[in-house]
Amino acid sequence: MNVKKQFLDGMIYQNPVTVQLLGMCSTMAITTTLFNGIGMGISVLVILTCANIVISLLRKIIPSKVRIACYIVVIAGFVTIVDLLLKAYLPSLSESLGLFIPLIVVNCIILGRAESFASKNGVAASALDGIFQGLGYTVILVIMCVIREFLGNGTFGGGILNGGDGIRLIPEGIPALGMILPVGGFLTLAVVIAAMQYFLNKPKKGSDKKEEVAK
Amino acid sequence: MLSFTELFGIALGAILVNNFIFAQFLGICPFMGVSKKIDTAMGMGMAVIFVMGVASAVCWPINHFILEKFNLVFMQTVTYILVIASLVQFVEMFLQKAMPSLYEALGVYLPLITTNCAVLGVVLQNTQNSYGFIESLVYGVTGGVGFLLAIVLFASVRERLEFAECPKAFEGFPIALVTAGLLALAFLGFSGLKVF
Repeated sequence: MNVKKQFLDGMIYQNPVTVQLLGMCSTMAITTTLFNGIGMGISVLVILTCANIVISLLRKIIPSKVRIACYIVVIAGFVTIVDLLLKAYLPSLSESLGLFIPLIVVNCIILGRAESFASKNGVAASALDGIFQGLGYTVILVIMCVIREFLGNGTFGGGILNGGDGIRLIPEGIPALGMILPVGGFLTLAVVIAAMQYFLNKPKKGSDKKEEVAK
Repeated sequence: MLSFTELFGIALGAILVNNFIFAQFLGICPFMGVSKKIDTAMGMGMAVIFVMGVASAVCWPINHFILEKFNLVFMQTVTYILVIASLVQFVEMFLQKAMPSLYEALGVYLPLITTNCAVLGVVLQNTQNSYGFIESLVYGVTGGVGFLLAIVLFASVRERLEFAECPKAFEGFPIALVTAGLLALAFLGFSGLKVF
């Protein structure tokens, strides 16, 4: 078990969003304020870790023919738990994320990690994988939130700081509202992924990394 | 009572104003994954229309007559995803036996639809908006039509994108996202459109 490698994989080289290109629906849809981004990131982190642990425990029992259905049931169970917990303790978050909390069930990141990692590795490694992949996802969400909120609304930390309004950095009327709208989601994610590809291709001129990104 | 205008409003909303891809960000993964060629995009779109329609039609009675009646609404997500997964499996087996040509045309896209968030999304939205049976069905089918429209438009742009020159870092996926963003901008023009 190589903790450092798993950490770097989750954060950079195998980042779920920017390299594996999974779970883009939620990445673009909810990253309008910092609060949403952190809330969604942590929800996914918790669900991913729990699902990874359970699936890793059950990996020798689940017959391979019906494995996808079994994974989905396990994931749906944890999603329901988180959904109900958020409704009870953080109703404002639950309201602003809306549909996208139950939709974590079909978030490809979780099913993808179950299929490609948890079903082949031990419990501890799977738990770590869940945490690091979840962190990688959260970091990208937070980056996107900060960019979109700053350009689209002119604030920082909406939903958390300054009584929920966020700290205003650009006076009202100037920011481009489009960045908060769906258009901004597509464009921001494009720029973030492009930056990641640039960064990954730059330090090593070797072709192996490049192919990985191109996929 | 349901009027035609009401249903038309729902349909127009699902296809243009609240397009599943460009306004609601549902179903982005298949949208990005199978939009390299127009033919495959068409196949995927058709399959999605079919599954979304049937899923809406099946989930409504389940929610109405079983979950709500026995106070099991908290099981909604689990139930719906199981229904969708088994539905997709069933459709796959049925098509394989009854209509092999269509089955082959849809190919690998059928099983992929299970994890298409547009399908689960449409069912959850039907419940949230407390649509009746007919409304759910219309919303499901027209939501699928909106998906088809979006993916075919996008695929036809993307086919040409293959030969376009762009900065190295943007090659492949990011430039496709930028294209999708511009299409979303175009769809933004529909917001505010109302029939009644």
